[in-house]
Amino acid sequence: MEEDRLSGISLIHQAQAQNLKKESGRQSFWIGVMWFFAFITVSILILVVGYVLVQGGKAIDWEFLTTSPKGGISGEGGISTTIGTTFYLVGLTLLIATPLGVGAAVFLIEYAGEQSLSSKFLRSVIGVANFAVETLAGIPSIIFGLFGYALFVSTLHFGFSLLSAALAGACLVLPTIIRTTEEALLAVPDDYRRGSLALGATKWQTLYRIVLPAGLPGIITGIILSVGRVISETAIFYVTLGGSYRLPTSIMDGGRTLALHLYYLAMDTRAFDKAMGTGAVLVVMIILINLLIDRVSRKLTAGVRKVR
Amino acid sequence: MNDSKLETIDYSLYYGKYRALKDITIKIPENKVTALIGPSGCGKSTFLRSFNRMNDLIAGVRTEGMVLIDGEDILKTDPVALRQNVGMVFQKPNPFPKSIFDNVAYGPRVTGLKDHHKLEEIVERSLRSSALWDEVKDNLGKSGLDLSGGQQQRLCIARALAVEPTVILMDEPAASLDPIATLKIEDLIHELSANYTIVIVTHNMQQAGRVSDFTAFFYTDESRTGQLVEFSETKTLFTNPRDRRTEDYITGRFG
Repeated sequence: MEEDRLSGISLIHQAQAQNLKKESGRQSFWIGVMWFFAFITVSILILVVGYVLVQGGKAIDWEFLTTSPKGGISGEGGISTTIGTTFYLVGLTLLIATPLGVGAAVFLIEYAGEQSLSSKFLRSVIGVANFAVETLAGIPSIIFGLFGYALFVSTLHFGFSLLSAALAGACLVLPTIIRTTEEALLAVPDDYRRGSLALGATKWQTLYRIVLPAGLPGIITGIILSVGRVISETAIFYVTLGGSYRLPTSIMDGGRTLALHLYYLAMDTRAFDKAMGTGAVLVVMIILINLLIDRVSRKLTAGVRKVR
Repeated sequence: MNDSKLETIDYSLYYGKYRALKDITIKIPENKVTALIGPSGCGKSTFLRSFNRMNDLIAGVRTEGMVLIDGEDILKTDPVALRQNVGMVFQKPNPFPKSIFDNVAYGPRVTGLKDHHKLEEIVERSLRSSALWDEVKDNLGKSGLDLSGGQQQRLCIARALAVEPTVILMDEPAASLDPIATLKIEDLIHELSANYTIVIVTHNMQQAGRVSDFTAFFYTDESRTGQLVEFSETKTLFTNPRDRRTEDYITGRFG
């Protein structure tokens, strides 16, 4: 009896050992395959970024960064005013989109949610609103551009201007800001809200003293993402911002952002080297913004970890 | 029995169509510790939240009967003012992601107090009352989240004391703490009962026996509607229960 049992065990052990060998071989193979895919992906990224930086780097010098484009078929001049226009446009767009987006998200999460439980009508309105936000996030930017052109540029007579572009840009980034703010607010534990209300704070005090500060890193992430979006979009501003290479002096002036200038250089001039240089500056800016997002979201997750 | 601080008369509570509490009539005495015990889902936590109207935050809640504080109908008081008078400590310690000082000063600040000297005074007094002062007095700028679980809970008690309530509701305040931290909280509850009316929900019958002067036993049957079975001095309830269900529960035959 005892021997039978022992030999039974050893049979199982043998089978296990054989299977383990097979499985670990299989595992090594697939890990190798994944490594290969990862290597390809990273190589493509490094190749593209590296190519732009190396090619563009040749065109970049102090003069390139500090003089304005001169126009013309040869693409004379630098990119100073387009950097300025990019900053103006980012600032104005966020000035419009941030209060709207954060406000909408706060309403949807903090107020509408509880009221909708008692009102069927409100519940369907919120359903539609959330669906709209999600859909808007997936719409190509040129659609926002056409809309901006029809409404702001022509109907409202804002012309090709910073204002038209910023309003259209705000429509473009609103879904991003609403979504990230909603997520940030949802991540704030209900315990905080209850604790605050139980101390005799009003809902509004709870919101601006506890909930918004706790959700701030997430909200900032959404805003930085939007900055990146405005910097890198081209089509939407092609039809709302115009193409003047002078620095705008009012919000009714048109201009061209870095990305737009890059497009013009590549399509309308022979200055391929300058297009590359502009691209390199753009890539560096995007990399810096992504580093910033990384830092902020790291801070965010650190905060969440502490809560648990 | 002493003067009653809190009182309910034929109080029922519904979540939508589902009746969670049925016809509860009780007089909770002033400056004593009253424990609410009973099996899970018997509505004792829901009942506790009735005293500071935290159930108002849950959609679809409807009540019948009356809840009185100092003889006044709480539905006629402003919930914000009521909650400054009736503090609450939750099951899971929930300090805000702020410094220890800002946590305790939160309540007074919300009521409009800005004078820093007065705030300092209140923070110190509250932390002393919750037996946390000596452990944190040199680190008031440290985040409340960096404290241990037991310290966090005492911080939450200090935070509740800072708005000078007369009643403190505690919803299983030691459920997530280790035995030593639990004992500290229990000692604290005992001390506080000299000046505050304390109502505590607990799953732990030994705890109810240790900390409370009065005990209310809640029970529910298949209908899942909570009812008050028995309410008397803790000693009496544990040694000489009137109701068969109370006896079965405290001797561990169910629940």
